[in-house]
Amino acid sequence: MSVILEARNIVRDYHVPGSLLKKAKTVHAVKGVSFSVEQGKTLAIVGESGCGKSTLGRILTLIDPATSGDLLIEGKKIDIAKGDMTAEMRRKVQIVFQNPYGSLNPRQKIGDILTEPLVINTNTPADERRDRAMTLLKKVGLEEKHYNRYPHMFSGGQRQRIAIARALMLNPKLLVLDEPVSALDLSVQAQVLNLLADLQDEFKLTYVFISHDLSVVRYIADDVMVMYFGEAVEYGSRDEVFADPKHSYTKTLFAATPRADVESIRARLARKKAA
Amino acid sequence: MALLEIENLVVEFQTASGPFRAVNGVSMKVHEGEVLAIVGESGSGKSVSMLAAMGLLPWTANVTADKLTFNGRDLLSMPPAERRQIIGKDIAMIFQEPVASLNPCFTVGFQIEEVLRVHLGLDKAARRKRAIELFEAVGIPDPAERLGSYPHQMSGGQCQRVMIAIAIACNPKLLIADEPTTALDVTIQKQILDLLMKLQADHGMGLIMITHNMGVVAETADRVVVQYKGRKMEEADVLTLFENPKSNYTRALLAALPDNATGDRLPTISELFVDDQMEGAAR
Repeated sequence: MSVILEARNIVRDYHVPGSLLKKAKTVHAVKGVSFSVEQGKTLAIVGESGCGKSTLGRILTLIDPATSGDLLIEGKKIDIAKGDMTAEMRRKVQIVFQNPYGSLNPRQKIGDILTEPLVINTNTPADERRDRAMTLLKKVGLEEKHYNRYPHMFSGGQRQRIAIARALMLNPKLLVLDEPVSALDLSVQAQVLNLLADLQDEFKLTYVFISHDLSVVRYIADDVMVMYFGEAVEYGSRDEVFADPKHSYTKTLFAATPRADVESIRARLARKKAA
Repeated sequence: MALLEIENLVVEFQTASGPFRAVNGVSMKVHEGEVLAIVGESGSGKSVSMLAAMGLLPWTANVTADKLTFNGRDLLSMPPAERRQIIGKDIAMIFQEPVASLNPCFTVGFQIEEVLRVHLGLDKAARRKRAIELFEAVGIPDPAERLGSYPHQMSGGQCQRVMIAIAIACNPKLLIADEPTTALDVTIQKQILDLLMKLQADHGMGLIMITHNMGVVAETADRVVVQYKGRKMEEADVLTLFENPKSNYTRALLAALPDNATGDRLPTISELFVDDQMEGAAR
């Protein structure tokens, strides 16, 4: 198995400029995180809001540069701060955002949304772009007739499918999924998770799955990394982390996740009766 | 006697393409000291039915019911002024988006004191004292100081605590919580749920939890109503619902939980549940 993504000691600081009354300060959003993901595997990054998981996602997607540390994609070091990025490098990583209502341009037709990455990054002729968009529309469970529609004509689950199709247009190696199902209903969530699993099998995709929902993570991930205040406090295979959490924060997180099995309901009702 | 009694509630919205029925013949009862969960996907009419009970729907909505009573008093036929005395005092509601449901132009202290002034007519000093008490009750550190904060200066979890403080300000008999933790992190969700359950037990309130999270249902509810497309599919106590669900829809809903995944794929509701108008029609 080849390693697609490797991060070594990634650090990201944000400088908040001072003003007359305030001193300038530095926010350490990500404080030295290392991990690697093999082809066809899924790494889940878990943590609460403000722990730096989305910042890390932006660094992996090559949107933001890391302050220090190395990012290797397919063994090749990439530093976007240097500005020597080629279109080919950019094609390797794509992202699906959390809120499908915000991430699709309401004034663009689905066809234009899907073909835009090809227009920007490649010299593919128009008819091939169209063919590729049609193929992917069908792959994600939509139909060719949807090509000329606008985003407002679709439901949340369908929009997330469109966002996934757009991310796949450039045939990326790595897909960063930033809370892709947390805005969706339970039934739609199951459909989108199934779709992601199918696509992973078909295209040998590698996923970095950012989430705070442990039940989803347990279902989809191979490896799990738990982040807390910018640090990776726990990193290991899914079974290791779920069976034997080491760090106290991970334990808190597990304890806080509501459990929907009959035994825990029984236990709760018994406690209530006793009180 | 039941605290809130709803029988055959129908809510229709006037739209350009004719009336749209959001709630179709829902009945339920909530007793004092009971936690009722209403579960359903978006569009199942769970929020709309509670907003109808509160009288908070816009004029385009047409609410009819065979019975809609609170503490034995008919809510539909009473004059609006009288109804307003009940709403916010005896029945209070917590909304989904804590940051969006507080007014950004006023301090949280002003917003909580407003309720105390309108419903209880307390004087300034008494209001402030009560507001500090309430902030303490919901676990906001440094309450006297925080009364002067604006909503944007507080985190999502803190804003939800302020919402809860406002809702319980007049010791309501019934508290309706509309997705109180959906916008929050799991660790904060746990704190808020614990707080709600503690307040419910201390005051013996009736509590209605509207949610789509089966985990939240399992952790809080005594009794559960499952809604789908404006119809009630099932009503059962919480253990029966999880152990032995009667309706096909509930079974599909439970199977779609990632917790219950057995194989590589999650069963989806559309595979398991064929929408049949006859199945689960109001019993």
